Amino acid sequence: MKGALSVRGLHKSYGGTPVLRGVDLDVAPGEVVCFLGPSGGGKSTLLRCVAHLEQPDAGLVAVDDEVVGYEPRAGRLVESSPKRLAMTRRRMGMVFQQFNLFAHLTALENVMLGPVTVLRRDREAVRERSMELLGRVGLAAHAGKRPAQLSGGQQQRVAIARALAMDPSVLLFDEPTSALDPELVGEVLGVMRDLAGQGMTMLVVTHEVGFAVEVGDTVVFLDGGVIEEQGPAKQVLRSPASERTAAFLAHVL
Amino acid sequence: MAIAPRRRLGSRWGLGALLLALTAWLCWTVVTSPNLEWEVIGSYLFAEPVLSGVGVTLLLTVATLVLGLLIGMLLALMRQSGNPVLSAAYAAYIWFFRGTPLLVQLVFWFNLALLFPRIGIGIPGTSLGWYGEANNLITPFVAALFGLALHEGAYMAEIIRGGFLAVPRGQVDAALMIGMTPGQAARRIVVPQAVRVILPALGNQFILILKGTSMVSVIGGGDLLTRAQQIYGQNYQVIALLVVASLWYLALVSLASIGQHYLERSLR
Ligand SMILES: Nc1ncnc2c1ncn2[C@@H]1O[C@H](COP(=O)(O)OP(=O)(O)O)[C@@H](O)[C@H]1O
Ligand SMILES: [Mg+2]
Repeated sequence: MKGALSVRGLHKSYGGTPVLRGVDLDVAPGEVVCFLGPSGGGKSTLLRCVAHLEQPDAGLVAVDDEVVGYEPRAGRLVESSPKRLAMTRRRMGMVFQQFNLFAHLTALENVMLGPVTVLRRDREAVRERSMELLGRVGLAAHAGKRPAQLSGGQQQRVAIARALAMDPSVLLFDEPTSALDPELVGEVLGVMRDLAGQGMTMLVVTHEVGFAVEVGDTVVFLDGGVIEEQGPAKQVLRSPASERTAAFLAHVL
Repeated sequence: MAIAPRRRLGSRWGLGALLLALTAWLCWTVVTSPNLEWEVIGSYLFAEPVLSGVGVTLLLTVATLVLGLLIGMLLALMRQSGNPVLSAAYAAYIWFFRGTPLLVQLVFWFNLALLFPRIGIGIPGTSLGWYGEANNLITPFVAALFGLALHEGAYMAEIIRGGFLAVPRGQVDAALMIGMTPGQAARRIVVPQAVRVILPALGNQFILILKGTSMVSVIGGGDLLTRAQQIYGQNYQVIALLVVASLWYLALVSLASIGQHYLERSLR
């Protein structure tokens, strides 16, 4: 189903050190899942494995019921070609902690690049749609600026517009506000709240507990590469069942 | 209370005037020196052998830049391949060609015939192939070009590699996440950004090579300095011809600097 994501038995080690030790997860279309947990707990690695920016050692990820990175052939799953993997990745968009806007392109060009070069859509139609997306994140007036001329909050909103331009089924956010000055956090969270309201499926790694309570449907507490606890956002955050979750929350609140 | 800026103007003007006066005096002494024969300089500035030397210098410079770039790209790819043998070959190349003086390398290439009297290509163990006398094949120009390009390749490799290292890994991640293949990400995102780092450095290399070509005069490479030396070897107007050569080098480097300036401006 469009907008659905599932993760089964995900394992990943770096040089013999396990970082993900069997993660299972089901995300329904339109669900907003917030990931919390101590630094080094494997949150970024989980998102990167979901997107196959890192190849998991074991386990499968499926978006819209399409397996990421492998394809069935003669009853077995075979590693996808780079081209095929890229096709599957179009179903996902990612927003990074460091924004990662293409430094040599303007805000508008950043948003247009995917639809024009990857989806081969008509440039003029894409331009119109991209301006509309920039308007949605409140940056229509900054379309011609390079990333270096924008504030962190503005860059992150362009990055969200860039992800939306590909019409993804699922959006992945890796600490989207952690690199921002405190007064700029709100504008980015505001855009994310709007997206959630419009029914976008979102996986959000964040330390913003307030956002998780208000916008999140589910909270996943990730520690030591395993899901320590997961459940409805308000329930996990207000009355955690796990002691480690409780200790972590007491620390960040 | 009003705040008055400290007065610096006076001393600044004084220093400037002193420097100007010194420079003017120096120029005057040199220009009016009876030993500097301006008519001689003027008569050789556009003489046929000098112009042909300028032509060879420019040809060597451009050819070295292009060949050096090709060698540098190949080397940078070897280094980035992740293959340990290629990586080691890269390191050895850089170590050798940066570690020995260009002058020594030029003389070495010129005298290659001493090491390999016959060179060519063919299939070992058969009579198939093509061989020639090294002494005929390796003209001073060929030796000069080889020496300069191989040496330059080592520097180009490091410049190109630096350009690619300057592009953060996150740029590739972002490109992949808008559905690009790794090849598209390289072409559309990494290369354009690396080039912006590499191009200004190439401007500098061009100027360094331009002046570096004068070293091929030791093997009679036919460049500007070779010609100047050949002329003063006959008429003993050493200073005059060195001034002729220097004026040409200055003119060419100035032109290159202007080009570099506009290139950098267009990239911003
Ligand atoms: N590319 C990598 N190479 C080696 N170790 C890594 C790499 N990426 C992450 N790690 C390690 O994996 C662990 C989990 O990292 P990460 O997923 O970034 O945690 P989190 O995002 O929860 O802070 C950390 O100990 C980190 O040092
Ligand atoms: Mg992280």
